[in-house]
Amino acid sequence: MPINYIFPQFEILRDQTRCIKCRVCEKQCANEVHRYDEDYKMMIADESKCVNCHRCVALCPTSALRIIKNPHSFRENGNWTADTITDIYKQASTAGVLLSSMGNPMSFPVYWDKLVINASQVTNPSIDPLREPMETRTFLGQKKHVIKRDELGNIVPNLGPQLELSTPIMFSAMSYGSLSYNAHESLARAAQELGIMYNTGEGGLHEDFYRYGNNTIVQVASGRFGVHRDYLNAGAAVEIKMGQGAKPGIGGHLPGAKITEDVSKTRMIPVGTDAISPAPHHDIYSIEDLNQLVMSLKNATDFKKPVIVKIAAVHNVAAIASGIARSGADIIAIDGFRGGTGAAPVRIRDNVGIPIELALASVDTRLRNEGIRDNVSLVVGGSVRSSADVVKAIALGADAVYIATAALLALGCHLCRTCYSGKCNWGIATQREDLVKRLNPEVGYQRLVNLITAWTHEIKEMMGGMGINSIEALKGNRFMLRGIGLNQKELDILGVRHAGE
Amino acid sequence: MKKIKVNEKWCLGCHLCEYYCAFANSGIQDMVKALKDMKIQPRLRIEQNEKISFAVSCRHCEDPICVKSCISGALSIIDNVVSIDKNRCIGCYTCVLVCPYGAVMPSEEGAVRKCELCTGNSVSSPACVQGCPNKAIELVEV
Amino acid sequence: MIREGKDNNRIPSGCAICGIFNKDGKRINGSGIISAIEIMHARSNGLGGGFAGYGIYPEYKDYYAFHIFYDDDRAKVCCEEYLNSHFDIANLSRIPTKKHPRIVNEPLIFRYFVLPKPANLISSQLDEQEYTSSCVTKINSDIDGAYVFSSGKDMGVFKAVGYPEDVGSFYRLDEYEAYCWTAHGRYPTNTPGWWGGAHPFSLLDCSIVHNGEISSYDANRRYIEMFGYKCSLLTDTEVIAYILDFLTRKTGLTYEEAASVIAAPFWSTIERKEQHEKEKLIYLRNTFSSLLITGPFSIIVGFKGGIMALNDRLKLRSMVVGEKGNTVYISSEESAIRKICKDLDRIYAPRGGEPVIYTLNGGECNAD
Repeated sequence: MPINYIFPQFEILRDQTRCIKCRVCEKQCANEVHRYDEDYKMMIADESKCVNCHRCVALCPTSALRIIKNPHSFRENGNWTADTITDIYKQASTAGVLLSSMGNPMSFPVYWDKLVINASQVTNPSIDPLREPMETRTFLGQKKHVIKRDELGNIVPNLGPQLELSTPIMFSAMSYGSLSYNAHESLARAAQELGIMYNTGEGGLHEDFYRYGNNTIVQVASGRFGVHRDYLNAGAAVEIKMGQGAKPGIGGHLPGAKITEDVSKTRMIPVGTDAISPAPHHDIYSIEDLNQLVMSLKNATDFKKPVIVKIAAVHNVAAIASGIARSGADIIAIDGFRGGTGAAPVRIRDNVGIPIELALASVDTRLRNEGIRDNVSLVVGGSVRSSADVVKAIALGADAVYIATAALLALGCHLCRTCYSGKCNWGIATQREDLVKRLNPEVGYQRLVNLITAWTHEIKEMMGGMGINSIEALKGNRFMLRGIGLNQKELDILGVRHAGE
Repeated sequence: MKKIKVNEKWCLGCHLCEYYCAFANSGIQDMVKALKDMKIQPRLRIEQNEKISFAVSCRHCEDPICVKSCISGALSIIDNVVSIDKNRCIGCYTCVLVCPYGAVMPSEEGAVRKCELCTGNSVSSPACVQGCPNKAIELVEV
Repeated sequence: MIREGKDNNRIPSGCAICGIFNKDGKRINGSGIISAIEIMHARSNGLGGGFAGYGIYPEYKDYYAFHIFYDDDRAKVCCEEYLNSHFDIANLSRIPTKKHPRIVNEPLIFRYFVLPKPANLISSQLDEQEYTSSCVTKINSDIDGAYVFSSGKDMGVFKAVGYPEDVGSFYRLDEYEAYCWTAHGRYPTNTPGWWGGAHPFSLLDCSIVHNGEISSYDANRRYIEMFGYKCSLLTDTEVIAYILDFLTRKTGLTYEEAASVIAAPFWSTIERKEQHEKEKLIYLRNTFSSLLITGPFSIIVGFKGGIMALNDRLKLRSMVVGEKGNTVYISSEESAIRKICKDLDRIYAPRGGEPVIYTLNGGECNAD
């Protein structure tokens, strides 16, 4: 084209002395960046197509490749950054809504990194996780405590349906369609082996995965893709997706290119058409409508499955959660503004919603103030990046966490943020057969199992350090946290004191 | 007894197994030195079309035709592995012709080359198994 | 003066505890318990000591015996005005004390035998216990300078800042007779000056002495406060008392069932139980998951007609139980028991997490 407004974001550095011209980079790049030039007799690269997914770098047997940020720059400007300027060029050219994938990359504060954890010393011994039992088993569901006894006076257990987890971590909703079949298989098998749950997302449940039903949460989103009676009864719980952290206020978005035969069958929609979920559920315009949907789902599943309501973290999340806690739902899942997604408008992903740490703290406090914290379990996500984040989340008041980006990273994702293109070189966020092949579930599920096993071990180490040997005693235990570099308002909302106090 | 098993479902046709094999059997420590500007001499090879690809390597048959056909006695079974004595091979290529899998290939050094399960080199387990990025090649007990 | 709970002061401590219980209801005077706790002198540092006695007010056994600290006369006037409008007062007097050189800065200490005013009780639509405990909570939080530190029937708590043996002497406990005595000596890591912060902590007829520092404190507090309790002292003993009050009085669990909530067995232990027991334990542990107490503790709970001793599941604090005839001795150290009863029928250390409960009607539940 005559005028190049958009310059390539990345530069590919190839050490030609190391390159053995095995052409793996060429074969493995779905964006067709690398090629072997017969005349020059060497590998050359077209950096304009590079998305920085690192597939070539990771596979190069002699480590000859590096991808760097293209040093070509605009004049330094604290206000008009290169990205901001380039976005305008794109929109002037296409009249389009800017689309991107994964979570909010802007530099808003990460509150996990401003909280520190306690350890026991002297007055109270720490506990050694190598030699003493350290329990992470978690039950999610309503905990009404009305004691029922039989004629002999023995207690008759009468709790509603519960989800039992071996560790307070679950895989969050990522739809079949946005993710590949192999990615779903990896998640399902890992969830089963670990004794936790994974979530179908709004793409329905593939018939091959019904056998993992005991470890599956089936999601009912605004588009109602793939929702039928067998679907609802196939999982261990049903989740109503009212919103997601990456794009509060709007529905899911799957570009037509990713809607193959198989995806279309599972979702019950035509092949090749964009699947754009409506913004609201068109039968839920108010909290009392939600109550009705919760009841219908419970009736459809014989009251045997807990119902989860997933909401995005927005300004009045505490009030919303309070309403949901009184609607009969068993679990509330809150998704913070850092949550990832397969495709979302950039402006909504980057500017709408609030951090999960603050949302969690205020919801937990509000529910306790109203005496209804027991009505629901709280699950939070968006983004939980390490076992330390999990410990802090539970200390702030969560029962368990949802992870998604972390799980994808375990599967090989390099956060290049171009999932919407459908050309994921790692076989995760694509439907192209030749690319999906690259994610072998044998390898994928093992990596997920490794990740959660490692995190659980770390959680136990931190618990032991605090003198806690059962995860229940960490829930809502805000004394175990202190803030650093937070102002008084932030400390008040989080309900923690400043380090040193 | 261990054998190489290839699952074509996971083979990406990336050819990395060939490069790692060639490197492991090169006798040279540095991969760049071993393979740069060379025609590589792997002991397994990828067969592929648009739809499918997989690695072909010696099956270490119990009753190998190549051993029977070898006129100089260079091929023999040692510890369940069909091995080549390079000093005896005269390069007649009879084994190349008779192998039903096409697993024996001519070698630049005049002898022939075929998979010997990395028994004769410095790596502890077969380089193709370790080098496959998608676990399409496995070492299994039969 | 540092006061528990004020300005968010949390004061962890190490301690000594002791208890004597006569299964046949025989009442003995307080000199025995004082002698026992005295020998554990080194476990305290003189900044808190206290006792609870059950069966000490036979003439007024149907009345709630309020023991109240007043900082000054103004607080007393204010509080008595409240008491007069909510209760019928059968008797009021200063609690008899004997001056002791090491017990200083004593507040005014008064005792009232009361019953809720019938008209108030009816119009409040609460049961008698709920009415009384709400009033006590109101006095403690709203009337500045007044603190009700004992509010049970036919029982009383006596506590102060000082070594327990000195506190016992100060309150002339050798002049009271009880079928159950508990005692506590405190070793706080801060320097509280307020008498109300010593142990035992009591609510109605349930009194707790506690040695330990629970790591689950804030998880427990933020849960129990949903049910109308206010943990204003920020002490472990306070939250444990509220938890037991909630589980036994409000939810209707037995003390044994309450023990399997606060010291719930490990999942691996539950797995090995038979089916019904297993289901019950899973149900209790799951339903009351926020009331599980982790961290070292050894508590002696006194309640009307009974006593319970309980250690945390890892037994991170010492506790021994001795028996001789109809008398049960519980203590942080065997020496304290031997001091008052040289030869025992039996002495043992209960397992971590398993409650030891003795009651007057002969019911026993103990670990061996």
